[in-house]
Amino acid sequence: MSGDRLDSVAHAAATPDVALPFAALGLKDDEYARIREILGRRPTSSELAMYSVMWSEHCSYKSSRRHLRVFGERIPPQAKDILLVGMGENAGVVDVGQGFAVTFKAESHNHPSYVEPYQGAATGVGGIVRDILTMGARPIAVMDSLRFGPADAPDTRRVLPGVVAGIGGYGNCLGLPNVGGEVVFDSSYLGNPLVNALCVGVMRTDGIKLATAPGPGNKVILFGARTGGDGIGGASVLASATFEAEGERKRPAVQVGDPFAEKVLIECCLEIFAEDLVAGIQDLGAAGLSCATSELASAGTGGMRVVLDTVPLRDPTLLPEEILMSESQERMCAVVEPAKVPRFMEICAKWDVTATVIGEVTDTKRLQILWRDELIVDVPPRTVAHEGPLYDRPIARPADLDALNADHANALARPSSAQELRDTLLRLVASPNLADKRWITDQYDRYVLGNTALAMPDDAGVLRLDESTNLGIALAIDGNGRYARLDPYAGAQLALGEAYRNVAASGARPMAITDCLNFGSPEDPEVMWQFTEAIRGIADGCYTLGIPVTGGNVSFYNQTGSTPINPTPVIGVLGVIDDVNHRCSIGFKADADEIYLLGHTRDEFGGSEWAHVVHDHLGGRPPAVDFEAERALAALLVEGAGERIWSSAHDLSDGGLAQALVESCLRGGRGARISLPAGIDPFVVLFSESSSRAIVSLAPSGVAAFETLAASRGVKFSKLGVVEGTRLEFTSQFGVALDELRAASAAVLPGLFH
Amino acid sequence: MTARIGVVTFPGSLDDRDALRAVRAVGADAVSLWHKDPSLHEVDAVVLPGGFSYGDYLRTGAIARFSPVMDAVIDGAREGLPVLGVCNGFQVLCEAHLLPGALIRNSGLHFVCTDQPLRIESTSTAWTHDYQLGARAVIPIKNGEGRYVADAHTLDLLEAQGRVVARYAGANPNGSMRDIAGVANEAGNVVGLMPHPEHAIDSLTGPGGDGLPFFTSILKALVAA
Repeated sequence: MSGDRLDSVAHAAATPDVALPFAALGLKDDEYARIREILGRRPTSSELAMYSVMWSEHCSYKSSRRHLRVFGERIPPQAKDILLVGMGENAGVVDVGQGFAVTFKAESHNHPSYVEPYQGAATGVGGIVRDILTMGARPIAVMDSLRFGPADAPDTRRVLPGVVAGIGGYGNCLGLPNVGGEVVFDSSYLGNPLVNALCVGVMRTDGIKLATAPGPGNKVILFGARTGGDGIGGASVLASATFEAEGERKRPAVQVGDPFAEKVLIECCLEIFAEDLVAGIQDLGAAGLSCATSELASAGTGGMRVVLDTVPLRDPTLLPEEILMSESQERMCAVVEPAKVPRFMEICAKWDVTATVIGEVTDTKRLQILWRDELIVDVPPRTVAHEGPLYDRPIARPADLDALNADHANALARPSSAQELRDTLLRLVASPNLADKRWITDQYDRYVLGNTALAMPDDAGVLRLDESTNLGIALAIDGNGRYARLDPYAGAQLALGEAYRNVAASGARPMAITDCLNFGSPEDPEVMWQFTEAIRGIADGCYTLGIPVTGGNVSFYNQTGSTPINPTPVIGVLGVIDDVNHRCSIGFKADADEIYLLGHTRDEFGGSEWAHVVHDHLGGRPPAVDFEAERALAALLVEGAGERIWSSAHDLSDGGLAQALVESCLRGGRGARISLPAGIDPFVVLFSESSSRAIVSLAPSGVAAFETLAASRGVKFSKLGVVEGTRLEFTSQFGVALDELRAASAAVLPGLFH
Repeated sequence: MTARIGVVTFPGSLDDRDALRAVRAVGADAVSLWHKDPSLHEVDAVVLPGGFSYGDYLRTGAIARFSPVMDAVIDGAREGLPVLGVCNGFQVLCEAHLLPGALIRNSGLHFVCTDQPLRIESTSTAWTHDYQLGARAVIPIKNGEGRYVADAHTLDLLEAQGRVVARYAGANPNGSMRDIAGVANEAGNVVGLMPHPEHAIDSLTGPGGDGLPFFTSILKALVAA
């Protein structure tokens, strides 16, 4: 980087005036000045490379950190006992009982997936799986939350098939079931799709591993794939800036994944964990070796010495700066006591995993890296990993928000005749956001590992943890950018409420959340306002619901030109179910079962799917949030499923009651005859998106028990009708044959993407 | 007494634990076999499980076929050792020439995971005699390269000798010739199957128990012998 001479520490000290390309690496003037101050000299080119990636928005959370603290500070009292590892580690860990700990986290891979859809999405899965593995857990399932531009836009046709194939190609080959998620189309994401991947893993509570490098003299071992020239600067170049027409040219910054290498690495790591051979471990993701070495050293005894020449390379011409910045996939870094190194190496050899001692832990408080016998990095590791810049970005409520909120949906023309209601229902059923997603989800293996008790299109993914006790967990992931655009505080809470409700509907008790916060540029005060409002909403909501935030991910700079995406906080909720045999599907199970609606329906169409599809309208206020009602409903849903009072349960969300009924009919292959309540506009009953609602179906013999239980929980209920026949029939209104509904719903995605 | 049924783990095997679980579910002893270990540890039958052995590099099953354990499997199979290859295991058996034909990219070009209705076409193999001939069984398929192909002569021969073990009923999910989902060798001890019977052993984790007879068949055959 600085001519033909190696830019060693000595050279840097001797040549203080050499100009370094810090701005091209994404560092601001004052940030560069601070690096010079920390080091007391100019950085070497290798040090500059490390600081630039580690101080990027993606790695340092410099714009978000001060706002995220609230999640760690406002842990609900009832959650303190179950949270084994909280914010700040690779992923949070929750005690689910019977000696099992579960770790889960969602992470974005938005920009790489736009630039190179297949590899971008594939390595997104790979990265989050390694985060979970790093905690000491066996990864047991993945989910994904995907957002694209309009379904019929040419660029969506470029991006979506590649993203789906990438998620499937990587996850399937890892042998991880994909058990759910969401797919949303909205013009807001046309130039900036969102690819958020979630992974969940399980371990014994005493098996948790941390990213730390304790004990001077312990060996630092790099193992897994060789280091190549791929993904250099991914974190700083791709993830931490807006990008426009030059997307194509940034393709080399996208990593290339090899799921086979990761599968072998997983099995190898789990064998190493089982023999308790590591003192600390970190995966190599964003910022590669720069991140792993500085974070391990920073969290441990404080010093580390690495001989960079020992790093196994795919390309021997790589420069030291490139080796430090490479984001080559499928690599891990472990800290191992010298006595345990031989056994560690033996296990790696068994799995044909390349493993190399690249350095050792020291007590110097310095991270020192050598190349060709010269010192090229000599820095206090905390300044790289944990004491990066911290910004207090300006915040401003969007200037257009009042006008947007005033443009309420009540003024939109509503269907009133039976024929118009029927047409509306069919139009919504066949709209891309509500249509059957099997064209996508059938590309994912939902069966592998043999513990999937529920998967899409059910409300939540349910996984058995223990074959002897049938203990299980449930997961749901939800977001709604349109609601959040209208009110980010409420929008984040509605996403939280929906995921929480989905988990409860499956029969599991919600326990904890992870979040993936997708926003525009933090340098835009209006975006920062949206961001801080969403965080406040999540923190308040979780506190009220009594479930902790275990960790998460922030993705900024999601915008096209100067137009940010709709703010999109995506929430993953984890629940526990004592006996997976009691999990509840959305499908109607038996003719003559009675169908009940739980919760209150209000006239709420701001940000609704109906307004979006029929009027291409976004305005007004999102549905009201009532977490007390949400808690009561969830408690009822969990109890009713556990006591097997009903045989199906389905949460109401996008598209309202009509869509939920269609889905329960199609999932169960059974029709229904519904009597809409008198005295209220049938359109409101069918399509309003009021929160805290669900439908359940139960045998007539269970009605008494159901009514007693619902009343005791204070949940309003009303009978809707019965399961019967092969049509969805609304008495004295209209009816549609299930075959027609199925055809309308199932044809949409194949028609667009085949 | 019961039987010892081995399940091979290659690097990249994914449904090996599931196959072991299915073996245990019918009451047989499940034995894990490691690809680098040339010994079969005196098992009475072998399952080659699904997955992406060696990352599907070169061709599906092409590298696994040369694993040390496969020498023993191939020798054993020729002497009558019952062998079931599921999905990637089927691909390995074809690469090892224990079964005719090959499995290529699905006609739709996508990976497909679905609950697939099958028709059992042969009950004279070691792995299917516990089915009724013509029985319908719903068993998940999940693969990207599951399209069975062979030349017309081979296909005619397979049909004539009753070696088509199962066919896709209803829509053909991957373009397999003559809707073939599984085939057997001439002796009937070696069966290759694209669907995953180990994922159809109960209604909790699969579409039901329609896959169990693959495992009860072999257990009964071995215990009777």
